[in-house]
Amino acid sequence: MTSHRLRSLGFWSLVVAILAYMTLPTLVVLMTSVNPTEILAFPPEGISFQWYEKALTYPDFQRAFKNGLIVTSLASTAALIVGSTFAWLVHRYTFRGRGLLEAVLWSPLIIPHFTLGFGFLLLGGAFGLQQGYVMIVLAHMVLVMPFVTRAVYVSLANIDPDLTRAAANLGASPFHVLTRIELPLVLPGMAGGWLIAAVLSLTEFTASLYVTGSRTQTLPVAMYNYIREYADPTVSAISALLIIATTLIMFIADRAFGLRRVLAIDTH
Amino acid sequence: MIQRRPFFITFLAPAVVTAVILAAALFEVLQYSVREFVPGSLNVGGFTLDNFTRINRPIYWWVLLDTFYISLLTAVFSLLLSYPVAFALVRAKRDWVRSLLVSLSITPLFTGEIVRTFSWMLMLGSDGFINSMLRKLSLIDMPLQIMYTRLGVVVALVQFSMPVMIILLATAISHVDRDCEKAAANLGASPGAVFWRITLPLTLPGILSGIVVVFAWTMSAFSTPQLIGGGKVLMISNLVYLQGFSVLNLPFAATLSLIALIAALGSLVLMKSLTGRLEKRLAIG
Repeated sequence: MTSHRLRSLGFWSLVVAILAYMTLPTLVVLMTSVNPTEILAFPPEGISFQWYEKALTYPDFQRAFKNGLIVTSLASTAALIVGSTFAWLVHRYTFRGRGLLEAVLWSPLIIPHFTLGFGFLLLGGAFGLQQGYVMIVLAHMVLVMPFVTRAVYVSLANIDPDLTRAAANLGASPFHVLTRIELPLVLPGMAGGWLIAAVLSLTEFTASLYVTGSRTQTLPVAMYNYIREYADPTVSAISALLIIATTLIMFIADRAFGLRRVLAIDTH
Repeated sequence: MIQRRPFFITFLAPAVVTAVILAAALFEVLQYSVREFVPGSLNVGGFTLDNFTRINRPIYWWVLLDTFYISLLTAVFSLLLSYPVAFALVRAKRDWVRSLLVSLSITPLFTGEIVRTFSWMLMLGSDGFINSMLRKLSLIDMPLQIMYTRLGVVVALVQFSMPVMIILLATAISHVDRDCEKAAANLGASPGAVFWRITLPLTLPGILSGIVVVFAWTMSAFSTPQLIGGGKVLMISNLVYLQGFSVLNLPFAATLSLIALIAALGSLVLMKSLTGRLEKRLAIG
């Protein structure tokens, strides 16, 4: 074996070992979710779906799942509307105060989620809306919006400016340029951004812990409360379902809308 | 009439409304941080700076230091483990290898922090995966105590932060001009020398931004120190939660979360100036 071969073998073994560290916890969750008894064994001594049954029939999880769906659909759709129009604004226009507006709306990427959640908790208190859906949806929307904005902005920037200019020269109204030229071209970016926003909202925990109450808690918060009191594989089952669901959604998003481009990972 | 800026208001209005709401929420944190705590009540008293002077006690300094220390360790180990993966991800010759590497390294980002923290509890517990395996291999008699230690928290945090680190490093590595490497190799540099003297220095800006982003990100981690630290490892986020929900001292919780925000912002500003300087130097050199 040449030294080049040897080095390459060593490098790839290292990569495989690191990837094992990254993926092992997920595999262990999947493994324990079918564990037949309450006491974990590695590998499990048999297969049972009782924890899935328990997870799906546990009232707290059922309600939390429903709450989560309400919050996620409202928050990601609101984020889609505000994030998209904001992307158009930044793409097309410069104006006084644009820098400040951008700084504020990008800031949730940097602000700790507990600071933001705490802020919305206090804001809700000031208006008598604490632990209500309004504040939860607002907090989620603000947190996931940057991802929509980014996805839409990237799509807009990729449009050939000659296209819109030609349409305008041929007499298309601004409304037509927007709806007939730009919108169809940006639609995949909007859909991809919306899916990312939905997944992030569905799995958001820290800010949700601050803004939700026992009646409005979302699934991650209900899971946290369960973990603190019980130690059985019920949470493994619900985690496994979440892992499968998010992986599927992201896979579809990647296939359909080029997720890698949305996340700006270029490998070439 | 020809509109000079079609739809300007339509595009502007939603963004402004959202920005105002977000600013109001942050302003509430600021406002509470300068209010007096009334024990036994959620209402706050008059304006005061006591919350900020209260920070100046050893116990809070220790939590702050520990937060910095854990975040720094996480950032460094995340970098060391992510670089080979990012390198493989960019340079793999086969398409399916690249796709597989992207999926394996990025998907953990989307399962959410509770699922990931819980999976590490299953890994690290005294009856967890690691201890069971070690016992099966007869390497240990007594289970290793990894849960409720700083080590356990860092092990989990490193794994959480790796997708983001890999994305940033992969972007930096894909921007390296392969001709520079080829030229060095043609001039007789060994593959090792090409990597250490050409590739690595050219990706320094990416390395730096990766470290700082992960550092800032880890400083605001909550569920991992909360559940894996189990009260034995306190980061600033856990202190905020404790003050806000157990002690019900909202003003002090606000002060602490404001400090966390400032620390996160500060490290990013620091990064901007460092990478800016570095890129200038790279451009000259």
